[in-house]
Amino acid sequence: MAKEKTFFEKLKAWPLLLPVVALILVMAVNIIYDAVNGNNPFSFFTITLQNTTANGTVLYGRIIDILNRGSEAAILAIGMTLVVSSSAGTDISVGSVMSLAASVCCVTLAGYGVSSTTELARPLIVGVLAGIAIGCLCGAFNGFLVAHLKIQPMVATLILFTAARSIGLLVCNDLIVYVRNPQFGFFGSFFGPIPTPIIITAICVAVTALVLSKTALGTYIQSVGINAKASRIAGLNSKTIIFMTYMLCGLFAGIAGIINGSRITSADSNNIGLYMELDAILAVALGGNSLGGGKFNLAGSIIGAYTIQAITTTLYALGVSSAQAPVYKAVIVIIIVAIQAPPVKAYFRKRNAAKAAVAKEA
Amino acid sequence: MKKTKINGNTLLLLITIALFVVMYIGGIAAYGSRGFSRLQTFLDILKTNAGLICMASGLTVVMLTAGIDISVGALVAMDCMILACGMEAGIGAVPMMIIVILIGLVFGAVQGFLVGYLEIQPFIVTMAGMFFARGMTAVISTDQKSITEQINPLFYKLANIKIKLPFGGYTNRKGVYMAPNISVGVVIALLVLILIFLMLRYTKFGRSLYAIGGSEQSAAMMGLNVKFTKMKAYILSSFLTSIGAICFCLNTMAASVQQALGYEMDAISSAVIGGTLLTGGVGNVIGTFFGVLINGTISAIVKTNGKLASSWPSILTAALLFLFIVIQSIFAAIREKQKG
Repeated sequence: MAKEKTFFEKLKAWPLLLPVVALILVMAVNIIYDAVNGNNPFSFFTITLQNTTANGTVLYGRIIDILNRGSEAAILAIGMTLVVSSSAGTDISVGSVMSLAASVCCVTLAGYGVSSTTELARPLIVGVLAGIAIGCLCGAFNGFLVAHLKIQPMVATLILFTAARSIGLLVCNDLIVYVRNPQFGFFGSFFGPIPTPIIITAICVAVTALVLSKTALGTYIQSVGINAKASRIAGLNSKTIIFMTYMLCGLFAGIAGIINGSRITSADSNNIGLYMELDAILAVALGGNSLGGGKFNLAGSIIGAYTIQAITTTLYALGVSSAQAPVYKAVIVIIIVAIQAPPVKAYFRKRNAAKAAVAKEA
Repeated sequence: MKKTKINGNTLLLLITIALFVVMYIGGIAAYGSRGFSRLQTFLDILKTNAGLICMASGLTVVMLTAGIDISVGALVAMDCMILACGMEAGIGAVPMMIIVILIGLVFGAVQGFLVGYLEIQPFIVTMAGMFFARGMTAVISTDQKSITEQINPLFYKLANIKIKLPFGGYTNRKGVYMAPNISVGVVIALLVLILIFLMLRYTKFGRSLYAIGGSEQSAAMMGLNVKFTKMKAYILSSFLTSIGAICFCLNTMAASVQQALGYEMDAISSAVIGGTLLTGGVGNVIGTFFGVLINGTISAIVKTNGKLASSWPSILTAALLFLFIVIQSIFAAIREKQKG
């Protein structure tokens, strides 16, 4: 007799369970903290309109801040999800590529050797396209190594991880290039009352989701990730598909780099995108995706990215300094992945089965 | 008569060594007049990279099991900070060094347990380890510490011991004979290197590592304790990293949150240039040693030149990495063709 699945069983099978639970826990911590301190317990959720001298009337609140600050990680997580799915490996170069894209963009806009400018030397679109193009190029390089030379993704991307940031410094002539121009600053500030990075992220996510759902691309990527050989025999060009996912990852890294550069209206090669690759990989893992490739869940990764940002913001709100925050992040990560670890799952399954057997006997 | 056949891996090691020799001779040819030809320059490369040699040896062991340990750089920072703060608090140099090594063992045991027994991807585990160690450094102290003679005379003395070599000296402009010297760190690093080399070659543990890297399933079927061996590999890596941290601290005499930033990638690239495969089962600490030397030589050349931008060493390292990875993949392709 087929038993109806109970609500809990359905919930257990829900792929987004882990990231959503993590997000809810973070919110709960915020509410409790505010309540204990005698503030409005729901101040975490309040969104207000504030007047600022620089940007006019803008939205303000902790949630907006998390969505805003988490944009880069979310954008990177899109590309990383695809890469992990298709090649069962991670692209560790995205942070460095971000930095390179920002450098190229700023240098194109300011001119070589200029350290600070308020006037754009070239039209804005040229700089942005240059930044995105260099991101794609880096992605294509990684993709070529992984797909055609069959090098393990981590090693292949280690090359640009080491080099991209330094090339960016070289492009910048060892300077921090400031482009203090409102046109360039637009990508990191506000569009009307809404922070621009949120809008850009929304567009990136929407376009990717649309392409993945309306075309067979998503299925292709997953099938290559599950079994590249079988997919090839089935008529898929696995090499091209893996290559493409890396290129897309590079593209998104480029976009994230430009946003980050625009936020600080400069190309700070040493600091842009530092450790971002780790956040992006973490977002993918937190989103319930297996780092072993195959099936992926884009929504999970995006929620994962914002969860990480929520954790970071919460830690800051609790008075933890930015240098100390990684300790807590590390503990959280280990707990999350340990819960998902196969031996732990097997242990719980065994225990549940034993319990069920006892219940049956009784 | 049995013909000795040079296989791909030996050839790769030979290429690495040849590259180092060519690069060093190139350095001498270009900057011989600026002291590059002196033995001391080479010894200084060893001195600066003593810590890295220990770390990269440990990393090679982990990489042989098809794992990775990216926590090494952060662990060095944490160890240095503990050393500096402990000595500032008046604890002696020897107890502090023992404490640091114990911390390394515990750190490695936790990581090894998570990788070996809970089967979590090594990258994720050691990434968390890296976050933890780097963050812990900041929790201990965010100041820039430096270890002076007042803080701990013994440690200071240890750092400044110069073991003179009986050969290869030169007479400086004042006519004083300068004997080349090495520091305590170099001696420790070379000892570690030799011990790990012997361990990998002649002990059961060493050969189990290769077996596990070659095929985990076959190793398990052969009756090897895969989980525990993996755990031991991570313990060894963190242990060697802690020894490396002491060498590192002896060289810099300082501690800060930003210390040894990106060292994990230097160590990984050294191992890869030295012919260790990230897929496991292939590699040797001798190769890793030359990998470290190549990286060190690049830095030394750029430093001696003085005009090149500071970003060149990492670009050159990346270019070499690219070269070696391509050569490795060509060898792998040839091997596959021969098989089938």
